[in-house]
Amino acid sequence: MNEVADKAEEEEQANQSLQITRRIRPVIGILVLLAGLAALILASGASIAIGTADIHVATVWQAIFHFDPHITAHQVIQEVRLPRVIAGIFVGASLAVAGALMQGMTRNPIADSGLLGLNSGAAFVLALCFAFAPNLPYLSIILYSFLGAGLGAGIVFGIGSLSRNGLTPMRLVLAGAAVSALLVALSQGIGLYYDIGQDMAFWYAGGLAGIQWTQVKALAPWILAALAGAMAISRSITVLSLGDEVSAGLGQRNGLVRAGGTLIVLVLAGAAVSAVGVVGFVGLIIPHIVRYLVGVDYRWVIPGSAVFGALLVVVADTAARMVNPPYETPMAALIAVLGVPFFLYLVRRGGRELK
Amino acid sequence: MKHPAFDSHLRQRSKRWKLTMGILTVLIVICFLISMNSGFLHLAPLDVLKTIFGGGTDQQRVILFDLRLPRIVISVLIGAGLAVSGCIMQGISRNPLAEPGILGINAGAGLAVMIYVAFYPGESQQTAFMMPVFALGGAAITAAIIYVLAYKKNEGMSPTRLVLNGIGIASGIAALMIVLSVRVSPEEYRSVYTWLAGSISGTTWKYVISLLPWLIILLPFVFYKAKVLNVLTLGDPAARGVGAPLEKERFGLLAAAVGLAASCVAVGGGISFVGLIGPHLARRLVGPNHQQLLPTSALLGGLMVLVSDTIGRSVLSSGEVPTGIVVAIIGAPYFLYLLAKARG
Repeated sequence: MNEVADKAEEEEQANQSLQITRRIRPVIGILVLLAGLAALILASGASIAIGTADIHVATVWQAIFHFDPHITAHQVIQEVRLPRVIAGIFVGASLAVAGALMQGMTRNPIADSGLLGLNSGAAFVLALCFAFAPNLPYLSIILYSFLGAGLGAGIVFGIGSLSRNGLTPMRLVLAGAAVSALLVALSQGIGLYYDIGQDMAFWYAGGLAGIQWTQVKALAPWILAALAGAMAISRSITVLSLGDEVSAGLGQRNGLVRAGGTLIVLVLAGAAVSAVGVVGFVGLIIPHIVRYLVGVDYRWVIPGSAVFGALLVVVADTAARMVNPPYETPMAALIAVLGVPFFLYLVRRGGRELK
Repeated sequence: MKHPAFDSHLRQRSKRWKLTMGILTVLIVICFLISMNSGFLHLAPLDVLKTIFGGGTDQQRVILFDLRLPRIVISVLIGAGLAVSGCIMQGISRNPLAEPGILGINAGAGLAVMIYVAFYPGESQQTAFMMPVFALGGAAITAAIIYVLAYKKNEGMSPTRLVLNGIGIASGIAALMIVLSVRVSPEEYRSVYTWLAGSISGTTWKYVISLLPWLIILLPFVFYKAKVLNVLTLGDPAARGVGAPLEKERFGLLAAAVGLAASCVAVGGGISFVGLIGPHLARRLVGPNHQQLLPTSALLGGLMVLVSDTIGRSVLSSGEVPTGIVVAIIGAPYFLYLLAKARG
């Protein structure tokens, strides 16, 4: 009895929130997106200007729009700083959109590619690559990274769906932790045996240092295609996030949407990990903040997450250079410093939904 | 309670428990002997026996008494400590998937030791006694944070929050560890990395002596408190009805669990899953009574680490696989199997 009433109420609420979403959210959504983009442009400019050699912002402008190969500062900007910022934007957008999609598809507020084993899966396969084929071209590394993310996700979700009462958020996170522990242990073993442990640690540390145009160019088409795909299914994700019954009732093919969404998530997480190593929590924090700002319509949540995820990574990367110059503090650690309290806050707040 | 059927049920349980304990002890002894035979340098079983009873060459004596025996002993001790620690945590949190590794306690201990090694490099020989102290500090702080955050006014401590907080904090600590690991020199890195992966190679009697006091004090205390743990497992309202001072007992037991986990991690590094699987198998074998469950977990845990260490030493012809990795390879699939089977 109660359950039926609950479901009816849920459906009612869902319909109402859809109605409200249609009326006022677009204005807020556009405003938030514009503000985010403005902040991102500013942060990117600052990130290019700040570094071991400080460069004036005016020089940054000139280097981008009136490039002169004879000026060293222009060279530094074009060859070192610019690819780094662009990679940061790509990675941040990828991680955040992957997180948003996962949270929408699983209705799990603490879903994140790091917590659900995707990052450690990609890292494990890359450790294999480091050990057995150290000279792989970058494009194949990216492809292996996708495979690895798929491996991690496959085990976690496979276990979850085998269980009797389906995928509860709690079970998903526990499976993620266990699969991560296993894959990390295997990576450690490979690292020790082939004596490439510290190389791997440098790479896991999740930094954008040393990223070059070739890598950015190899990553860009994958990430852009996946982001476009995410936008394309964003409406279906909104419907899915209302619950499987509601979604099916509205005539949506849930399995198809989930399959597409999962594929996109794998590409995004795999690409991000192959570029910067294991950066957690971006996909956890950003979608929450964006949903808080623009509401639950994923047509706004996904572009918002892309913009704000990019902003977070660019700012964290800049900060990582400023904390202890001339050394770079790993960006992943800085983001974790923000991410852990946020995660704890979500756990503390989410009484009912996390059971 | 004096019902005859119940009585005979208890007697059967007790009989089964004694049998289980006996079999486990025999298995540990067998593994003990096999482990003494295996390793980089081969010793024939007969030589092992000869050496134990005072014969054998000098080289054989060094291999056996200075290299292999301390390692075997410490494997058993670490396994017992971690399994009992996990058993307590599962009892307290009423979550069958809790264990020091998942709860982030290993990570906290690991971080403290890593900080110590990073800031006092090159003293690793003198640190056998300091490492457990640092590990204990790190583990205690982590446990305190997780416990306090899982506690809510009016609601008390939620097992779900406890586990999720642990996972969150563990992944945060993992990021901090990366910062430290990038800072240290390659040689130090290698030693720390080996330690983190859960390696008990290079164990000397010193490490055994530094770990032993913790276990000698904490294990009997925990076995003595087994009845309290039984009551706590019933859940708060029932436990209050029995009249147990809940928070105080829970705190004491948790402190013991942290002490056990921390001292074991300090010596053995990041060995996870033992604390999960030891108690689980034990529960399947002897049932939920902690008076029987705790000692059985201890033996199972010891056996598990001993077997893993022996496998790790003999799989590869050159070098060896850290014990923690072998445990994870065996343990993680079992954990996932439990997860898939669990209800609710």
